[in-house]
Amino acid sequence: MNTFVLKLIAQRLALGLLLLLAVSVLIFVGTQLLPGDVAQSILGQSATPEAVENLRRELGLDQPAWIRYFDWLGGILQGDLGTALSNRQDIGESLWGRAGNTLFLAFWTAVVAVPLAILLGLVAVRYQSRWPDRVISGTTLTAISLPEFFIGYLLIYVFAVKFSWFPSVSTVYSSMSLGERLHAIALPAATLTLVILAHMMRMTRAAILNVMQSPYIETAELKGLGTFRIIARHAFPNAIAPVVNVVMLNLAFLIVGVVVVEVIFVYPGMGQYLIDHVSKRDVPVVQAVGLIFAAVYIGLNMLADIIAIVTNPRLRHPK
Amino acid sequence: MKKAHHHSAPMHPTLDTLTQQAKQGTLSRRDFMRHAIALGIAAPFAGSLLSGQAFANTGTPQRGGILKAGMQGGESTDSLDPASWTSQVQHSFGQSWGEALTNVSPEGELTPRLAESVESSSDAKTWVFKLRRGVQFHNGQEMTSADVVATLERHSNEDSQSGALGIMRGIESIRATDTYEVTIVTLEPNADLPFLLSDYHLMIQPGGGLDNPAAGIGTGPYKVVEFQPGVRQIAERFDGYWNPDEYGFADQIEITIINDPTARISALQSGQVHMINRVEPRVVEMVQRLPNIVINNTSGRAQYVFPMHCDTAPFDNNDLRLALKYAINREDMVERILRGYGSVGNDFPINAAYPLFPAGIPQREFDPERANYHYKKSGHNSPIVLRTSDVAFPGAVDAAQLFQQNCAEAGINMEIRREPGDGYWSEVWNKQPFCASYWSGRPTQDQMYSTAYISSADWNDTRFYRDDFDALAREARGELDQTRRAELYQDMAMMVRDEGGLILPMFNDYIEATLSNVGGWSANPMGEMMAGFALSKCWLAS
Repeated sequence: MNTFVLKLIAQRLALGLLLLLAVSVLIFVGTQLLPGDVAQSILGQSATPEAVENLRRELGLDQPAWIRYFDWLGGILQGDLGTALSNRQDIGESLWGRAGNTLFLAFWTAVVAVPLAILLGLVAVRYQSRWPDRVISGTTLTAISLPEFFIGYLLIYVFAVKFSWFPSVSTVYSSMSLGERLHAIALPAATLTLVILAHMMRMTRAAILNVMQSPYIETAELKGLGTFRIIARHAFPNAIAPVVNVVMLNLAFLIVGVVVVEVIFVYPGMGQYLIDHVSKRDVPVVQAVGLIFAAVYIGLNMLADIIAIVTNPRLRHPK
Repeated sequence: MKKAHHHSAPMHPTLDTLTQQAKQGTLSRRDFMRHAIALGIAAPFAGSLLSGQAFANTGTPQRGGILKAGMQGGESTDSLDPASWTSQVQHSFGQSWGEALTNVSPEGELTPRLAESVESSSDAKTWVFKLRRGVQFHNGQEMTSADVVATLERHSNEDSQSGALGIMRGIESIRATDTYEVTIVTLEPNADLPFLLSDYHLMIQPGGGLDNPAAGIGTGPYKVVEFQPGVRQIAERFDGYWNPDEYGFADQIEITIINDPTARISALQSGQVHMINRVEPRVVEMVQRLPNIVINNTSGRAQYVFPMHCDTAPFDNNDLRLALKYAINREDMVERILRGYGSVGNDFPINAAYPLFPAGIPQREFDPERANYHYKKSGHNSPIVLRTSDVAFPGAVDAAQLFQQNCAEAGINMEIRREPGDGYWSEVWNKQPFCASYWSGRPTQDQMYSTAYISSADWNDTRFYRDDFDALAREARGELDQTRRAELYQDMAMMVRDEGGLILPMFNDYIEATLSNVGGWSANPMGEMMAGFALSKCWLAS
């Protein structure tokens, strides 16, 4: 690792932070634009006008927006995400539990899905245009074409209701052992795997096929190397950059975009937490979750960039 | 039930006889009530003497096991503070760990809970509640009048955000007149006061919950073990509970929040939960065919409505209001929107689930010609805008379209404006002059009318401002003679039906499902999940 790469990484980090700051402004402004009154939404249809008025005063909604922005930003920089308006719980505390669950599901899905997608991609290239390629492409395409709630219900019907192998309600608690947790998340993880598999597999396949046209692959073939060895050792390393990008995008999806799966499997992740609070106009929570989601996206994309730089000699040693 | 009722009112020899007669069937409920009231028995409790003993639940409760419910209506924003409760999960969990002074039976009569008995002065303004002795909070403290007074005062504080604030506003003073006696004085005569104190927000908490409102400590049959808002809530049987014969059979109860209707049914089907709420009408028939699942259908007080503002053009014209009331096909709506799981409404917010229901009022029918007559008479001819949204009630958008078609038959041009669900309750309902909405009903007629139909009501969503109606409501509220009261309620219902701004096409049933090994289920029109008592009154049969 030379100083140039370090400088490049530092630059990316700084850019990422700047972007995050800009996003924080956008999130703050956006949440101010939401229609409806926070106090009214919290108290619901059966709120008395007095209660609404009292709550508004208590929440400090009478202060100007920019004061509230800097209060909020200052709090976050000190690691204080604030207190939820709706149930007065510390946001950090309840959010980390939810974030932990989301990461747990995302991690185990990724552990299964990423190697599987890449392996299937390699196999598809090896048997290009022959039946293994067709079967892999066909099934993954079918899986991605089905809406995720449908896949979820299908898995529930077969594996929870018919065979009773796995629970249909995937609620996880702190008192569960790792084994119990893995058993609980089997169906949502399987659903998510089917959803993201095709995207990553097809990108792996396309990127490698692209490289397969290069002269050095021909050289490797002429040297008499086996096809799979050529793909895995010679073609794949040069196809990593686009694959990493797609993998990172899918990982980001696993963290920020799985609310449908959370609802179907009753999984206590961040998506449901965010939606509950949006509908209650619980602005501090929406802002905190929004910021975390933005950070995840920016962070993973930055990571993809850095991996692309580190794995690409041309970027590593610019002329 | 029995244990509770021996103390419920000062036993009078004649009353004993009456109770016997009623149980033997020689005295009708109505007569029993009338005689009991004539005796000067604290009126509301008289009914409970009868209901508790004569209509006792058959079947033998079994103890043990973990009773699990999968419910819609919980969010990660929920709190254990009873003042903040709005949804059915909080309601059901709250009824399991907390107790109010009184309860209302499925027959609509008052039953004692933490109060043993209640007596009123003859003007129905001063109410004396005698508290049960030796009741323990989950923290080991004994419940006394100080806790009751502090709880009720917390909810009556204008600064509180309590959902019961509206109820408490009519109260002048709350005093502890003895360690086990609380005296409440109301501003105006109110024969319903003990009913109002059955409200699920008014769970008695130690010290009124002032220091920690969300501590989740009450006197109920279960004590809170785990509270994960929007995910799962667990409580285990409280060993020191005072009434174990009636409540608290399972060792532990659990509510898992399952907001997706399909996920709820598959959780029930795969045995992960024993009971679920809100089965969608369109799947009831399919669910019924599944083995080991029982559908429990309860006609309640909940209603789907289209309120019009009586003070806003064009709805300030009673002919136009009548035109719209005649231009809605209620039977068709019950059939299509509720799939038959409900009953037609009659444009006043009361149905037979309420005590003193005015049964003699003729049903308003779909009559396009009459609607057209009133429409022409109103002189209005531009399109009438009806706002609706999926959150107004399940099927509200479809219902609005049916209404539009019905109106077209009557020559009335209706325009539907679909509003976003977000912000519907703050921006559309009670703001726009005509929209779709729902009401879940109230414990008494008076409370329903005081909540939404008297001039000073907090949610007068039909803008019905009528001094003569207010006067009737006030008179009925203070009237201890039930016959006279029933007459007053009939007059009020007619006034709302013929001159008010409420279009009430249907009362929706509560549809819930249990596994067949759940015992003790009995319908309660007061609310969902046996009015919140399902978890503390049901048991698991082995």
